[in-house]
Amino acid sequence: MKIHEYQGKQILKKFGVTVPRGIHCTTVEDAVKAAETLGGKVWVVKAQIHAGGRGKGGGVKVATSLEKVREYAGQILGMQLITHQTGPEGQKVRHLLIEEGADIKHEYYVAALTDRATQSVAIMASYEGGMDIEEVAHKTPEKIVKVFVNPLVGLTDEQALTLAKGMGMLESSIPQCVDTLKKLYTCYMETDASLAEINPLIHEGDGTVKALDAKFNFDSNALYRQEEIVAMRDLDEEDPDEVEASQFDLAYISLDGNIGCLVNGAGLAMATMDTIKLFGAEPANFLDVGGGATTEKVTEAFKIMLKNPKVKGILVNIFGGIMKCDTIAEGVVAAAKLTHLSVPLVVRMKGTNEDLGKKILKDSGLPIISADSMAEAATKIVAAVK
Amino acid sequence: MSIFINKNTRIITQGITGKTGQFHTEKCQEYANGKECFVAGVNPKKAGESIFNIPIYASVKEAAAETGATVSVIYVPPPGAAAAIWEAVEADLDLAICITEGIPVRDMLILRNKMKEKEAKGGKKTLLLGPNCPGLITPDEVKIGIMPGHIHRKGRIGVVSRSGTLTYEAVGQLTEIGLGQSSAVGIGGDPINGLKHIDVMKAFNDDPDTDAVIMIGEIGGPDEAEAAMWCKANMKKPIVGFIAGVTAPAGKRMGHAGALISGGADTADAKLAIMEECGFTVTRNPSEMAKLLKALL
Repeated sequence: MKIHEYQGKQILKKFGVTVPRGIHCTTVEDAVKAAETLGGKVWVVKAQIHAGGRGKGGGVKVATSLEKVREYAGQILGMQLITHQTGPEGQKVRHLLIEEGADIKHEYYVAALTDRATQSVAIMASYEGGMDIEEVAHKTPEKIVKVFVNPLVGLTDEQALTLAKGMGMLESSIPQCVDTLKKLYTCYMETDASLAEINPLIHEGDGTVKALDAKFNFDSNALYRQEEIVAMRDLDEEDPDEVEASQFDLAYISLDGNIGCLVNGAGLAMATMDTIKLFGAEPANFLDVGGGATTEKVTEAFKIMLKNPKVKGILVNIFGGIMKCDTIAEGVVAAAKLTHLSVPLVVRMKGTNEDLGKKILKDSGLPIISADSMAEAATKIVAAVK
Repeated sequence: MSIFINKNTRIITQGITGKTGQFHTEKCQEYANGKECFVAGVNPKKAGESIFNIPIYASVKEAAAETGATVSVIYVPPPGAAAAIWEAVEADLDLAICITEGIPVRDMLILRNKMKEKEAKGGKKTLLLGPNCPGLITPDEVKIGIMPGHIHRKGRIGVVSRSGTLTYEAVGQLTEIGLGQSSAVGIGGDPINGLKHIDVMKAFNDDPDTDAVIMIGEIGGPDEAEAAMWCKANMKKPIVGFIAGVTAPAGKRMGHAGALISGGADTADAKLAIMEECGFTVTRNPSEMAKLLKALL
């Protein structure tokens, strides 16, 4: 689960990391008021969407007067902000963060994330902040310093010092940087984050170390014990179909192709998508109905897939294990009838009571195309939509 | 022979009284030697009772001491699952198999480091399979987990995969063309887990009754590449490899918490390339895994 920058900064602040003073708002009037409240002569008007690359897309502007704050807030609020992470349609800006200007002397990069290989928390830092870290990692990997934190020990002073020195932090600011890194680590662990990135972390003219941005991602398995984080969820930033699917316990992700697919199990679902591509078409979605593919779930899954106007055909691929093929066949038939299915449907079923399942599909009177293997199913659905 | 488990394995079920635990314990009992193999359940509130003729004990330690069981299977819900695994580790079992899906990553991080610390201090090493896995099976001997037993057939091919249904797919294909399995192992779809592809490949390599292996992976993480490198130098048996997720977009979690492309080398294409370099027979068509393997024998 992702959150906005202003929410990320609230969290960092709570854990003692220094952030600029800022106010979240949703109207131009409130943006101007926020600037007045903050005082000073320079403000930053920042679009709040979950995608990165906001600055390049025109979603971050520095204002030197209240009039400019009004002007920029007016431009940014409601715009379709297009960045390299939003896709070509962009994301509508509904929230702003108005911040006091910062006296940036240098921009660094720091991030915490879970490292699968070492089963520890990796903390990365770099002198090259303010830019895309993937680019830094690609071009100048030596400029990234990394430590691996054993969660039973926590980030040690020595490790934090290695990072602060390795990232080239201003000598006099190293103690505050060490402190910031330790707080970032605590914050990462206590909030069940899967990514906590500050890009850039800066030092100011007076040596203050400050987080100028905050990007968080949280482990969805842990949300049940993170009420405060869950309250920060912004459904406007998520794909409405994915949100709806999650309410029915379906794992759904929309893609760009025209063949809807409904599969049980994440691995098999990916393999089915891959097979569709291998045979010349593109999947319209990833959809895992999980272990209990009941009639209700299959019907909801059909409804969600069919909402996508690009879908020209559906491939159902079920490996009946605990869930028997005849039960699933009944679900598919009922769902096809309930949704008045008008696009071609190919069903491939394997496993328990396979023959019984196939008979139910055949006897349903519906034009369901049956297939034995994933490859055959893909070939048939690709032919049917051409 | 087989890997990790056989008909002489004695098993404790943690979470045996829950809905999922009950359902699958009954299926596991019905399979091959299940009635002899599943000897104990654990639930501190129901100690002294029994379910499906399996006695329930207050703790794993007590269950192990009373029955001589060395393996545990865990169906405990996510909030208590890591603690349940730790209980099996503290009881010095050989193997803990965690079926539970949805355990917080932080809990697994802490648990895995506690397990490593115990081993570093000279404590007994308990292997962990999973979490978020279907379990493992040695056909015609014993099934521990949630896989459909009847699709398997005893034989000499090993199967290892992160995904449950994709393991079944490979097993189903093998059985259909007349190739049985020595053992089939689902290592689970979580980012922080126990046994990895490399560990299972090592076990298959050492097993005299395994002739060849189907190794199935998916996007995300370095495990498949690590296993492939090891196999290049050490594996004496032919391997067919498949990686799911060629069509998965970067940055999206594809059902499994661990199935997420986050760097450059963890895409399906990158992994397939490494596996091919390391001598695997790789395919982009998951329908032909068994057929390709048969050609290698």
